[in-house]
Amino acid sequence: MSQDAEKSTAKLSKVEKKLNLLKKRAHLIFRNIDCVKLFNRILKKTPDEILATITESGLRGRGGAGFPTGMKWKAALEAPGAVKYVICNADEGEPGTFKDRVILERQPDKIIVGMATCAYVTKATEGYIYMRGEYNFMSKEIKACCEKWNDLFEKKDFPFRVSLRLGSGAYICGEETALIESMSGNRGEPRLRPPFPVSEGFNDMPTVVNNVETLAYVTMIMDDGLDFFKSVAKDDSMGGKVFSVSGDAAIKGVFELPLGMTVQEFVDIFGDGDTKAVQVGGFSGLCVPRKHFATTIIGYRGVQTGGSMILYNSTRSMYLVLKNYLEFFQEESCGQCAPCRIGCQQLLLGIEAMRQGTRPLSHIDKLRELVNVMGVASKCKLGMSLANPFNSITEHFFEEICSKW
Amino acid sequence: MEKVSLTINGINVEVRKGSTLLEAAKKAGIRIPTLCHHPDLVPAGNCRLCVVEQKGAPFLLASCTTKAADGMEIETNTHRVREARRVILELLLAEHNADCISCPASGKCQLQSLAHEYFVQKTDFMNIADKSPIDDSSPSIVKDDSKCIRCLRCVRTCSELMGVSALVSAHKGRYTKVETLLDKPLQYAVCTMCGQCVSRCPTGALVEKNYVNDVWRAISDPEKFVVVQTAPSVRVGLGEMLNMAPGSIVTGKMATALRQLGFDAVLDTNFSADLTIMEEGHELLQRLTKALRDKEKISFPMMTSCCPAWVKFMEHEYPDQLEHISSCKSPQQMLGALIKTYYAQKRGIDPSKIVSVSIMPCTAKKFEASRLEMKSSGYTDVDYVLTTRELGHMIRQSGIWFDELEESTFDSPMGEGTGAAVIFGASGGVMEAALRTVYEVVTGREVPFENLNITPLRGTDGVRAASIRIDKPLPDWSFLEGVEVNVAIAHGLANARKLMDDVEKGLSPYHFIEVMACPNGCIGGGGQPMPTSPEIRRKRTAAIYEADSKLPRRKSHENSEVLALYKDFLTEPLGHRSHELLHTHYTKRDDLP
Ligand SMILES: Cc1cc2nc3c(=O)[nH]c(=O)nc-3n(C[C@H](O)[C@H](O)[C@H](O)COP(=O)(O)O)c2cc1C
Ligand code: FES
Repeated sequence: MSQDAEKSTAKLSKVEKKLNLLKKRAHLIFRNIDCVKLFNRILKKTPDEILATITESGLRGRGGAGFPTGMKWKAALEAPGAVKYVICNADEGEPGTFKDRVILERQPDKIIVGMATCAYVTKATEGYIYMRGEYNFMSKEIKACCEKWNDLFEKKDFPFRVSLRLGSGAYICGEETALIESMSGNRGEPRLRPPFPVSEGFNDMPTVVNNVETLAYVTMIMDDGLDFFKSVAKDDSMGGKVFSVSGDAAIKGVFELPLGMTVQEFVDIFGDGDTKAVQVGGFSGLCVPRKHFATTIIGYRGVQTGGSMILYNSTRSMYLVLKNYLEFFQEESCGQCAPCRIGCQQLLLGIEAMRQGTRPLSHIDKLRELVNVMGVASKCKLGMSLANPFNSITEHFFEEICSKW
Repeated sequence: MEKVSLTINGINVEVRKGSTLLEAAKKAGIRIPTLCHHPDLVPAGNCRLCVVEQKGAPFLLASCTTKAADGMEIETNTHRVREARRVILELLLAEHNADCISCPASGKCQLQSLAHEYFVQKTDFMNIADKSPIDDSSPSIVKDDSKCIRCLRCVRTCSELMGVSALVSAHKGRYTKVETLLDKPLQYAVCTMCGQCVSRCPTGALVEKNYVNDVWRAISDPEKFVVVQTAPSVRVGLGEMLNMAPGSIVTGKMATALRQLGFDAVLDTNFSADLTIMEEGHELLQRLTKALRDKEKISFPMMTSCCPAWVKFMEHEYPDQLEHISSCKSPQQMLGALIKTYYAQKRGIDPSKIVSVSIMPCTAKKFEASRLEMKSSGYTDVDYVLTTRELGHMIRQSGIWFDELEESTFDSPMGEGTGAAVIFGASGGVMEAALRTVYEVVTGREVPFENLNITPLRGTDGVRAASIRIDKPLPDWSFLEGVEVNVAIAHGLANARKLMDDVEKGLSPYHFIEVMACPNGCIGGGGQPMPTSPEIRRKRTAAIYEADSKLPRRKSHENSEVLALYKDFLTEPLGHRSHELLHTHYTKRDDLP
C-alpha cells in the first residue's frame, strides 16, 4: 500500500474509530456529581465499612506502581503515630502523562473528597496536595477549593484540613519518599525503604501517598458503589483508567477507558493506521512493537501503566526516541546512587558511540548487562525501571538503533 | 534484647534486631565490600557495591542499609552479586579520573583496591570524570572533583559529625557533585578545615595540602635551622602509617626518626601544652575571681581555644560569642612564638634563619599557622604544618626502618612534657589537665581522684559534664569555698553546637567548656592515619592515657622547663610577655572567609 493510500484509509476510518472509542469509554472521573451530598453520605458510614469497600473494590494505585489502595490505608491506620497525613501526589512528572492535570482542573472536589475519605479511614488530620511547579497556573483555583472544603470540614467538626504544596519540577519528586523529602524542605532524593511512608512518612509519621486519579476513583466508588466500579472492567483489572494519549495518534488527549484492553484494541481507536510501536507507561514503561499488539494487555494483568500511552508511527527513528528518553533520565536521576547516576549517562553515550562507530555493535551486550544491573541494584524504581524501555526498544528496533538512518 | 536469626552463605547467625545485613555478615566472619559505608556515619546506600542476594527476591539488597530479618537466606558471593559489583566498579571507574600514579591517595584508595580485587583494570564505558579545575585555594585541604565518586562520605561527615555542611551534594542527575555552598573556593567557604572529610574520603578527591617537599627543601638548606615540634596525639597515631597496630605509642622512635630526617632541633608540643594549662588555668581563675570576688559581670563559660577548627567554627557561626573563648593561643602557636624568640635567644640563633615546622594530627593547624595574627615573634611563628600522615610519608621516603629505631628523647629546652600535656590528644584531656593544675593552685592539694585520673571527664559520649567542688581553699582563694565548678566537654562540632545553643541564650550552667572539633579529640584528627573508626580511636585514646600514666610528672605546673621559662623570660602567667606572645584575639567571620 502506498503511503498516500494508507493515509486515506486512516482518514476514512477516523469516524469509525471515534465511534469505537465512544463505545469503550468509561464515565466515572469526569461525570459531575454533588460532592457535598456525597461527603455527607460518606460520614454516615463507619470507617471500617469504607475500608472494607475500598479493599473489596480491588482499586489499585493509579500512579504507576499499582499498589492495592485498601491495603495501603489499612497499614497507615494500624501504624502508631501521633499525627497522620494524606498526601495527594499531583507531581505528574512522567513524560507523556497529563491526565492528572485535567482531573485537577475539572474535578478538584473529587480529589479532596477522596483525601477526606482516606483521612476518615486512617484517622489522618492533615492533607497536602503536592502539585508540580509547572501546574502553578491552577494554584489559585486549587487553593480556593481547599478553602471551601476546609470551611465545610470545620462546620461539620470533621478533623481534617487540606492545603496545597508546590514542587519545583524534578521528576524524582514524584517518587513518594522523594516527594516527602521535598515537602520537608530537603533535597528531593528517595529515602531508604523500609520504612515505608505508611509507617514513617512526612514528619516521620504515618502517611498515605496516593495519586490524584486514585483519590478521584475512591470518591466514585463511594458514589456509585462497588458493583458499578467492578463492572467497568474485566478480570482483576478493576475499574477505569484515565489515559494520556500522545505521539503519532489520530486522536490525542485524555480519555477514560476500562482497564484490560489489548494494545491492538487501543491502537484501533487511537492509531493513525501506521503505528509501529506503543510506549506504555511513559518513558519508564515498556515499548510494545506491532507484532505484540494483539497479545499485550494494558492493565495489572499485563503491562502496567500510570496512564501514558505514546504512539510511534513508521516515520519515527527509534534511535532518536530512545536517545530522547535517555537524555531525560540522565538529568532526572536524583544522582544519589551510582548505578542510576552513571548508568543513565553510559547508556546514552553507549548508543551514540555505536551509532557513530566509536564502539562496536557488540557494545550493546555491555549496555544490556549494565541496564540489567541497574534493574536489580539501583536504590529506587527510577534506575530499576530503565531496563523496561531500554531492553524493549533495543530488542525490537536494534537496526534502527545502530544504522545511520 | 530482641534477636533475629538468619543464614548468610549457609552460616547461621543471630544478631540484635535492627542490625544490618552487613553487620550480620561481619558477625558470621564474611567480608562484604563497601565504599559509601563508614562506621561513623548513617548508612546511605549510595554506591550499591555491598549488594547481596536474598533467596527468592527479584532484586539485590544493599547490605549496609537492609535490616536483617528472621529467616532470611542471604548469599554474598553468587554470580549475580559478583557481576553486579563488577559493573558498578566499572561505572565508578568511568566517573573517576584514574590517574593513580600521580594521585596522593594511591595505595590507600578504596576504589583502587576494590578494582584490583575484582580484576577491573579498564572499562569499555566512556570516561565522564568531572573536568573542573582542582581547588587548592585552602591552606589545608585540596579538592579534586575528577576523583570524586559521589559516595557523599564527606558531605555526611560535614553535616552529621561537624554540623557545618561546608560541603553539600549539589545539582542532580549527571550534574550531581559535591560542592561548597554556592560553589565558592574552599578558602572562602564556611569551612573549619578540620579535615574530617579528608580522613573519610575513599579516593583522592579530598586530600590535605602537602608541604613535605617544602620541608625537605628547608632541611637541605644549610643556611636554615629547622626546628620541629610534635603534637601529643601524633605519638599514638604515627605507628599506623608505618605498619604498626592502632594504639602503638612511638614517642621515642619518633624523636629519633625526626633527627635522622635532618631536623636540627626536635621539640615537643607537649611542652607548650603544659604552658597552655598554666596560662589558661590562670585565665579561668582570673575570670572566677572577677566574677565571684569582685562581682564584675564576666561572661561564662570560658571555652578552650586549642582547636583551630573549633575557633574558626565559632568565628563563623557564633561571631557574637567570641568573648567566651580563652585568649590563649593553641600549644602549636605558643611554641611557634617562643621558638623564634626565647629559644633563638637561648641558643644564639638568628630567628630569621629558623624554619619552624610542626607535626600535627590536624589539617586546620595548617590554616591556623597561616592566620595573619600569628606573627608575634616578628616572623611567621610556624612556617610549615605537616600532618601525621605527611610525617609518615617522609619517614617512608627516607628509607628509615622505623621498627628498628632506638628510642630517644626530645631536645631541651622546650622538649619536656608532663602527662597532663599528653592527654591533650584525647577528648576531655585539656579539661583534666586544667583541673589537675587549677585545683592544686587553689587548694594546695591534688585533685581528689585516684592516681590523678579524673575519670568522669573521660569517655566517648559526645557531650559530657561534671562538677568539682572546692573545699578548704588556700587563704588567697577563700571566696571559692564550697563553689561547684561546672565543666563540660564536647567533641565533634555537631555536639559543640548543642552546648553553644544554650550559651547563646545565656542558659549555660558551665564555667569551663572544652571543645575539640574532631570525634574523640585530636587522636581522631583529620590529619591522622587512615582509616578511622570508633574502634581505632578507642585504641589511640587508651594509648594516650597509658602514656600519661607512665610519665614521672603528670601535672603541668610541675614541668621544670615551663617553670624555668617563667623564671627566665615570661615572669608570670598572664604577664606582659605572655600577652604579647601567647595570647591572641578572634575575628568575626560572618561575612569573611
Ligand atoms: C521515579 C518515580 C516517579 C514517580 N512519579 C510519580 C508521579 O508523578 N505521580 C504519581 O502519582 N506517582 C508517581 N510515582 C509513584 C509514587 O512513588 C507512588 O507509588 C504513588 O504516588 C502512590 O500512589 P498510588 O498508590 O495512588 O498510585 C513515581 C515513582 C517513581 C519511582
Ligand atoms: S556500601 Fe552499601 S551502598 Fe555503598
